[in-house]
Amino acid sequence: MGPRLKLFLPLILFAMLAITLFRGLSLDPSEMPSALIDRPFPVFNLPRLGGPGLLSQADLEGQVSLLNVWATWCVACRVEHPYLKQLAQQGIPLFGINYKDNDVAAQRWLDELGDPYRFNIADHEGTLGLDLGVYGAPETYLVDAKGVIRYRHVGVVDEGVWKTVLEPLYQTLTVESSAQ
Amino acid sequence: MKITCWLFSAALVIFVGPALALVETYNFSDAELEVRYQNLTEELRCPKCQNQNIADSNAPIAQDLRRLLHQQLEEGDSDAEILDHMVARYGEFVRYRPSFGGVSIILWLAPALLLLAAFGVLLLTLRSKSRAGTAGVASLSVEEQARLQSLLNKAEQDS
Repeated sequence: MGPRLKLFLPLILFAMLAITLFRGLSLDPSEMPSALIDRPFPVFNLPRLGGPGLLSQADLEGQVSLLNVWATWCVACRVEHPYLKQLAQQGIPLFGINYKDNDVAAQRWLDELGDPYRFNIADHEGTLGLDLGVYGAPETYLVDAKGVIRYRHVGVVDEGVWKTVLEPLYQTLTVESSAQ
Repeated sequence: MKITCWLFSAALVIFVGPALALVETYNFSDAELEVRYQNLTEELRCPKCQNQNIADSNAPIAQDLRRLLHQQLEEGDSDAEILDHMVARYGEFVRYRPSFGGVSIILWLAPALLLLAAFGVLLLTLRSKSRAGTAGVASLSVEEQARLQSLLNKAEQDS
C-alpha cells in the first residue's frame, strides 16, 4: 500500500462504519424471518370455527393460499380486515387461524365485519401458533399448493405489502404450481 | 402498634400483590427439573419482547413458551431436544447463547479473529517502524554521502 493511500485509511474506515451504521438506522430489529420457510406446514388437528369437524394441514393443500393469523383481541387485525376482504373478493384463497381466541367473539367479529376466510382453524390454546413460530398477531403466511410455507409477513397486510411483497411471490408460486 | 401493623399489611398488599400476579408457578415432579427450568427460561429469548428472556417477560408468548417448557421437561425431554424444538419454530434467534456452527460461527469466532488481526497490524507497524529507523541511514547513496560530507566541511570552515 502506497503511503498516499495510507493517509486515506482513516477516512475509508470512517466511511465504511458510517455506511454500516446508516443502514442500521433503517433496519427493523423486530423483523425476523420465519424458521419454517420452505418447510411443510406443521401437522395439526383442530376444530373448524363455527362448524363441525376437524381440520388438518391437508386441508390447506391444492392451491397457493394465504394463511392469516388473527384474533378479536388484536387491534391491528381489525385494521387489516377490510383489505383481507378485498383480497378474498379478488379470488385469493385465504384461510384463517383464529389464534387464542373465544369462539363466540370470533364468530361475532365475522358476522359483523364480514368473513373473507374459506375456513378458520380454531386454535384456542395457541398450540398451532407455537408450532408455526407465531409471536404476535397478525401474521400472514404464504403457503404453496403442496402445503409448504414460502413466506411469512408479520404485521398488517395492506395494499403496499400486498403489491410489493406478497403478490409477486403469489404470482410466481401460482405459475410454478400450474406448470407441474 | 396497631397502626404500624395496619400500615405494614397495607404496604404488603400494595407492593407484593402485583409481583405475585406476574408470574405463574409450576410444580415439578423433581427438584432437578426445576433447576433446568430456571436455566432454560433464562437462556430462551422472548420472540416478542426481544431484549428479555422468557423468565423476565410477561408477554403472552413468553407465558406460552414457559408452559411448553414445563410440559417438555415433565415429559423427560433433554435440554438439547428442547432447544432444538424451540429453534425449529422460532429460529436461532430464540437462544441467547447461539449454537456453535452454521452462520452463528461468525459470532463465536469474530472476537478472536479481530484480536488476531489487531495484533497482526501492530506487529507489522512495529516492524516497519524499526526497519525505517535503521534503513534511513543506510539508504543515502554514495553521492548523497559525498554531498553531506562537503556540506559538513563547508559549515566547519564557515564557523
